[in-house]
This record gives sequence, C-alpha cells and structure tokens, in this order.
Amino acid sequence: MESSVVTPPPPAPPESKVPTKAVEGSATWSLVDRLGLAFCWFLGLLFCAIAAAIVIYLLIQGIKFLKLSELTTPAAAGFTEGESGGFSDAFVGTLILGVMGISMALPIGVAIAVWLVEYGRPRALARITEMTIEAIAGIPSIVLALFGTVIFTSTALGFLSRSNEGVVFGRSFFAASSMLALEALPLVVASTREGLNAIPRHVREASYAVGKTKAATTRRILLPTARPQIATGGMLGLGRIIGDTAIIVVLLGATQNFSPVEGAPFPLDYLRGAGTSLTNFVYEASPTGNLNQPQKAYAAAFVLLLMVLALNAATDLVHRRARKVGTWSH
Amino acid sequence: MEEELQPEYGPKWSDQRVERMLGTLVVFIVGLLLALIVVVVINGWPSFAHNGLSWFGPGGNVDDQLSAISQSAETGAGYIYTFHAWPLIWSTILICGGAVVLGLVTALFISVFLTEFAPAWMSNLLRPVVRFLASVPSVIYGLLGVLVLVPFIGNHLITEHQKASVAGIISLTGYSLIAAVIVLTIMIAPLMVSIFTDALSSVKPGWLEGSLALGVNRWRTIWKIGVRAARPAIVAGTVLALARAIGESVMLAMISGSTAFAPNPADGLIFIYEPSRPLAPTIVKSVDQLSSPPAKATLFAIATFLLFSGAMFSLAGALTRRAMNKYGAA
Repeated sequence: MESSVVTPPPPAPPESKVPTKAVEGSATWSLVDRLGLAFCWFLGLLFCAIAAAIVIYLLIQGIKFLKLSELTTPAAAGFTEGESGGFSDAFVGTLILGVMGISMALPIGVAIAVWLVEYGRPRALARITEMTIEAIAGIPSIVLALFGTVIFTSTALGFLSRSNEGVVFGRSFFAASSMLALEALPLVVASTREGLNAIPRHVREASYAVGKTKAATTRRILLPTARPQIATGGMLGLGRIIGDTAIIVVLLGATQNFSPVEGAPFPLDYLRGAGTSLTNFVYEASPTGNLNQPQKAYAAAFVLLLMVLALNAATDLVHRRARKVGTWSH
Repeated sequence: MEEELQPEYGPKWSDQRVERMLGTLVVFIVGLLLALIVVVVINGWPSFAHNGLSWFGPGGNVDDQLSAISQSAETGAGYIYTFHAWPLIWSTILICGGAVVLGLVTALFISVFLTEFAPAWMSNLLRPVVRFLASVPSVIYGLLGVLVLVPFIGNHLITEHQKASVAGIISLTGYSLIAAVIVLTIMIAPLMVSIFTDALSSVKPGWLEGSLALGVNRWRTIWKIGVRAARPAIVAGTVLALARAIGESVMLAMISGSTAFAPNPADGLIFIYEPSRPLAPTIVKSVDQLSSPPAKATLFAIATFLLFSGAMFSLAGALTRRAMNKYGAA
C-alpha cells in the first residue's frame, strides 16, 4: 500500500506502431494506386521546391539589394531608390511591435489558459471563453484593425496616441500592438492549454498533498513544466505579430518614419506616435504600393524572412528540447 | 527544509483571490469580443439599413459606388450609401473557394504521404517545409506574387488573342484570379496539412492493421480506413482554412487585381485570367476614406460580413474538431 504512493509510475510501454520495416512495396499495387503514390511524391517535392524557391530567390535578391546602411538610415523622400534612404525605422518598428505585442499577449494568454484548465468554473463561462478564443482566432485581422480605429480614437484613450484639440488620431504603436496582441492571443492560449493538459493529475495531487495551494502549485509546478509549450505558443504568436500587415497599415499610420509626439517623456513619445514596420514597408514599396521601390522591398522582405526563419529555428529547438526531457507517464 | 514548509503564498495569493483575478480577466476578454461585435455592427449598420438585402446583390460598378459614397460626405447634399457588394462577394467566393478546394486536395495527399508513405528523410524535410510555408508573412507572398508570378502569367500564359478579346471591358495584365488562387493555396494548405496529419496519425493502429490483415494494400487502407476515420478533422481543417482565406487581405490586395470586376465562368476559361477584388482587400484599399462617415459605414458593413463569416467558420471548425477528439480519445 505504502509502495503505491512513493514508487514512481512505471515507464510507459513501448509505442505499438505499424512496423515500418518490411512493409509491402508498391510493386504489387494496381496502376491507379501507384499513380496516386506518385502524385503524393510529386506534391511533396513540389512543396519543398516552392519553399526552396522562396528562400533562394529572396536570398539572391537580398544579397543583391540589401545594404547594411539601409538598416541604419531612415526612409527619406527621394525620386530614385538611391536617394530614398533605408528602412531602419521599419526594422526598429517591427522589433518594438514584437516586444510590445508579445508582452501583452503572453501573460494574458497564459492566465486565460490557466483559468480554463485549472479553474474553469462556472462551466458555462468556461465554454463561453473557449468559444470566444476560437472566434477571436477566426476574426480577420483587417476587422480587428477597423475595431482598433474606433476604440483608439475615443477621447478616453487619447493618451495612447496623438491628439490635437480634442480630436484623437488613434494611430500609434500602442494601438497597433494591442490589436496585434489580440491576434496572437489564441495561439498562446491553445499552446499553453495543451501543455497544462499534458500534465497528469497525480502531479497536482502530489503537490496538494504536501499542503500547497492551487495557486502555488500552478506557479511552482505546472507553469515551469509547461514552459516549452508556453514558449512555443509565444513564438507562434510572435511570428503572427511580425508577419501581420493589415493591422499595421490601418493602425500605425501611413508614414515611413517615426513621428514622436512632442512633449512626452522619451519612450512614450515614440510609442504614442505613428510609425511603420517591415511588413508595412514591403507592402508600400511593392509595385502596387505608394512608394514603388521593388529593390528595397526585396531587401526588407529578405530581412523579414530571416526573422521568420530564426523564429522557426528557435521554435524547433524548444520543441526538440521539450521532447528530450520526456513526457509524463500516466 | 523548514523554509520549504512555510506557506510561500500567504493570503495575498490565496486560491479564491487568484481565481477571482483570473476570472475577471477572462470576463474582460469575453466582454472585449462582445464589444468588438457590437462596435463593428453598429458602425456598419447605416450601410445595411439603406441598402437592405440589395447590399448583397449585384448592380452597378462597385468602384464608382465607393467613390460616390466617400465624396458624398463633402458635397453637403446628404450622404449616399448605395452599395451593391456582389462583385466583391463573388470574387471572395471564387478565390477562397478555389484555394480551399485546391488546398484540400493538396493537403490530403501530402498528409497521407507524410503519415504513411514518406521515407524518414523525406518527412524530416517536408515537415519543417510545411511549417515554414505556414509562417511566411502574407506580405512576402504578395511581393513574390507581384514581382514573379503576375508578370509570368501576364507575359507567358495569357495570349495576345485573349487580351484583345476582352480589351473593351477589362485589361488582362496578369493580376488575376489564377494568381490569387495559387498563392492563397500555398498559404492555407500548410494549415490543413498540420490538422490532417494530427488526425491521420491518431487513427487507431488496430483499424489499419485489421484492413492490412485482410489483404488490402497500404494505399487503399489509408484512404478507406484512415482518411474516413479522420473525416471530422478534415472537415474542421477545411473550415478553419476557409476562415483564414476569407480574412486574407494584404496578399490579395496586392495580386488579385484590385478591380471590382466579377469574372464570369460562363465566358469560358478566360475568366481565370481576369482581375477582381475580394471583400477584405477592399477595406485595405479604401481605409484612408475612414474619415468620411458614409464610407466608414460601408467599410464597417464589409467588416461585419467578414467578421461573421470568419468567426462562424472558425467556431464551426473548432466544434467539429472537438467532437473528433472526444471520439478519438480512449
């Protein structure tokens, strides 16, 4: 009896899978089946080719057109691509938006996931919250952007953007990053919930049994255990934030430079002002945008792609390390 | 040892208190979604009220209507709201429908390939590729579409004869339905693949082994047993991809052609080369007219339409998926 409490749970039985060795080849199949398999190979290789083409093409264009000076000089007015400066403001803008957006989305998302998994009462509210999160995931970002224009032009929130004689401009880093955070929220919630749900009940019960409160258990046991999934969710959310364009076009102001608000203390003057991001710069610099500087659009897109690739690699790393730690046995 | 036993979290972090704090946050998020719905619907209501059901119907040139609406704020002769969105809705249906159908086929074959047939090296390559394609920002897809795919279609696929045949109505430059569908397919197929592979690999091995034991070959087993068992997840993934496709604005604003023209399949195959503009890009393109009250109402009316279709599809997808989880558990 006493042993059933203290002995560690038995190791998980080896996964029973269809043996991958010594399976039948496709030689005996009928022609249609073999054509189907060939189509599978074709599509798989096509996907790899598309991904390789995107990376290699942007790499070539990036090496051709990206100058380091473009990352340090802001955009300027000019007739040719040589005169019109770089996109440092866009680059810094993307970093600011990423940091601000994720620092809002991560705590809120984790808190919601903790409430959903660990508390979740009354049941009706939990169901409504789940549906809310799913609905937020389905809201097009352009709709979030329009919603942002309404709430951030209200006088009560005038302190978050530039206001002029009672008319609130409503476009600022605060406005854009809070809507971006809302966009990233479902990803954080989903990933954190997955992590929390994967922790078996007996872990919680062990903690309660030594007299820990639910809050202490969550803080000390559950969140540290779910850290890889929380990190994954955060990085997915960050990817969504730096990749979004619609919200930035609408809520960050149609400018290619920072326009700090005069009279505000240092970080706030920039954050309350309008700005730009790499996605916005690429959009405006593409042939369909207002600037039409394809070379610089390629350079900025290359920088953006590098950020996405780095983020992907980091997510992979976290994922792999989480798997190395091992899963709980139930 | 003594310290460990001290209650680290006193009354300040009591369970009731934490639960109440998290609950407040959850209620705030639910309230935010409700506020979003209310704000968007109220702001869009004048447009629906003036047009009634003909808002969804055909009639007139949408671009002319939009400019008349935004200019009517300055004439002083009263606001004009007349707006018949059918060409935009039709374009949305064609582009999103086309991309989802293409994406469904592609994603099904790729997921079957990944779960059953791909050798280890291939799946180790294909999985990151799929994740990468899902994480490329839409503006990069848009840029590559504008600078690579659109000129290719315009210069090589569309014949001079075809251009001449519709010269009086619309000019075929490569900004076309087919370009939009292809790029949108590449964007949404990875989303489907990740949901489909999850579902296919969670099909009970016994079911597949049963079929194999009866002498059915692996190809037919996975299609007849695996894919059928995963049907709810396939529906869910498709619906979620549809929600994503409907909300896609920036990429489509760049390459769909940005003309409010309704391509007519009855004209023959040429319709796939014709430009159009779905609903979401219309908001992006006209967002600088938000200061004109009737234009604002029209844009919010479009946003209402997108909000309800996007959120509904997302919810439907999530519910189907949950049913699948319940059914696949144990």
